[in-house]
Amino acid sequence: MATKITIPNAPEAGNASASLSKEEIMRYSRHLIMPEVGMEGQLKLKQAKVLCIGTGGLGAPLGLYLAAAGVGRIGLVDFDRVDLTNLQRQILFDTNDIGRPKIEAATNRLRNLNPDIRIDTFETRLTSENALDIVKDYDIVVDGTDNFPTRYLVNDACVILGKPNVYGSIFRFEGQITVFAYPGGPCYRCLYPEPPPPGLVPSCAEGGVLGVLPGIVGAIQAVETLKLIIGKGEPLVGRLLLFDALAMRFRELKLRKNPECPVCGGHPTITKLIDYEEFCGIRGEESATSPQTAVPEITPRELKSRLDRGDDLFILDVREPHEYQICNLGGQLIPLGELSRRVNELDSSREIVAHCRSGKRSAEAVEFLRGAGFRKVLNLKGGILAWSDEVDASVPKY
Amino acid sequence: MAVKVIIPTPLRAYAGKQESAEMEAGTVREALAGLTTRFGELKKHLYSDDGRLRSFVNVYVNDEDIRYLEKEDTQLRDGDIVSIVPSIAGGTSK
Repeated sequence: MATKITIPNAPEAGNASASLSKEEIMRYSRHLIMPEVGMEGQLKLKQAKVLCIGTGGLGAPLGLYLAAAGVGRIGLVDFDRVDLTNLQRQILFDTNDIGRPKIEAATNRLRNLNPDIRIDTFETRLTSENALDIVKDYDIVVDGTDNFPTRYLVNDACVILGKPNVYGSIFRFEGQITVFAYPGGPCYRCLYPEPPPPGLVPSCAEGGVLGVLPGIVGAIQAVETLKLIIGKGEPLVGRLLLFDALAMRFRELKLRKNPECPVCGGHPTITKLIDYEEFCGIRGEESATSPQTAVPEITPRELKSRLDRGDDLFILDVREPHEYQICNLGGQLIPLGELSRRVNELDSSREIVAHCRSGKRSAEAVEFLRGAGFRKVLNLKGGILAWSDEVDASVPKY
Repeated sequence: MAVKVIIPTPLRAYAGKQESAEMEAGTVREALAGLTTRFGELKKHLYSDDGRLRSFVNVYVNDEDIRYLEKEDTQLRDGDIVSIVPSIAGGTSK
């Protein structure tokens, strides 16, 4: 069971006799003077119940705009704590929030923005066990999560309970936005029946995100949520909006309901929540990120003492050139993606220690090199992050 | 037919960092075959071992999903835009 904390003394959303106080009329005056919202729309907003799953990059602008717009009851689901790397894009938080539970910092910020709304907090990971229980009390769900198992979980829970799912996802400079599980419309599984196998998910080499991108995508999710509540305009249903910030271009693709969809089709085979980690081929986070358990390793301390001893070790850095610029251990740079065609640059008679940022890519490199006949190849356990923790704190972590 | 294939950000690393590629192709199959010939590493990201398009990779001709056209046999016309759209899950990017 999820822990649900309702903020005391907050006005009750969903009150049938809802009306606006004099102060609320002032607060929402720029909505009220627009015929598309007006008093009718603003009262709908006041009575609306929206669940935001994730309070990170997408959840930040989303939560802020929904609260500012006067959505009467907002549920927040997150289990994480604020860290320094979040602040580049998660504008709900500030430097003083580092180390605080996100849900606590987010609630504080939203309550300061709009004390008239009710905020429900669920400091938990959304799971197959608690999802239906959490989702059932809301009218609309907004998916601001960051991983495939939770995306499928949110989708299935929304389809099963008949709740529209305002979806947004981001990668580097690109975003995808649509509304799933709207009556008669397609769901996430209609678009992507299956997730990518873990090995093909872009690793940290291709990761990263422009800080503003979740701001734009989350703000679009907020627009769609408000439109669904007030029932105005054309919802982003059956249309997949693609945003490319580098090209500064929006494109729209048709998104159709799959009549054979296993969850929302005519004859669904998935009628209750399943094990989404298993569905996505992930058994616990470790197995998803650490194939290196299978390859021979060296710890940062061992490497340091061997280098100090003067052992002949060839340090191979398989990160990308832009990462090398952030920090390096003086190794030879051959990005993982180039290793297969540059393998002849390596001397198989020497002992090689491969490293990357966290040890994941270099594990792949070690596996590849061993397959290519290299006998003496070791993976630096934990990568440059562990080197910074255990050997040389002056090496920055990123 | 001269068509343009748009390569999404997550796959650009396997396609010489190109955003798009101009192709001569009569069908979607030919366009993708041309692309994977030019960029060998892309193949395993687009196709499973049994040679089928992966289910987390959708292909569109202009704004239409080829699953609702003639799949990979979908005919192309001059100026068509073929988009490869893989699923991305990021929300906060850890």
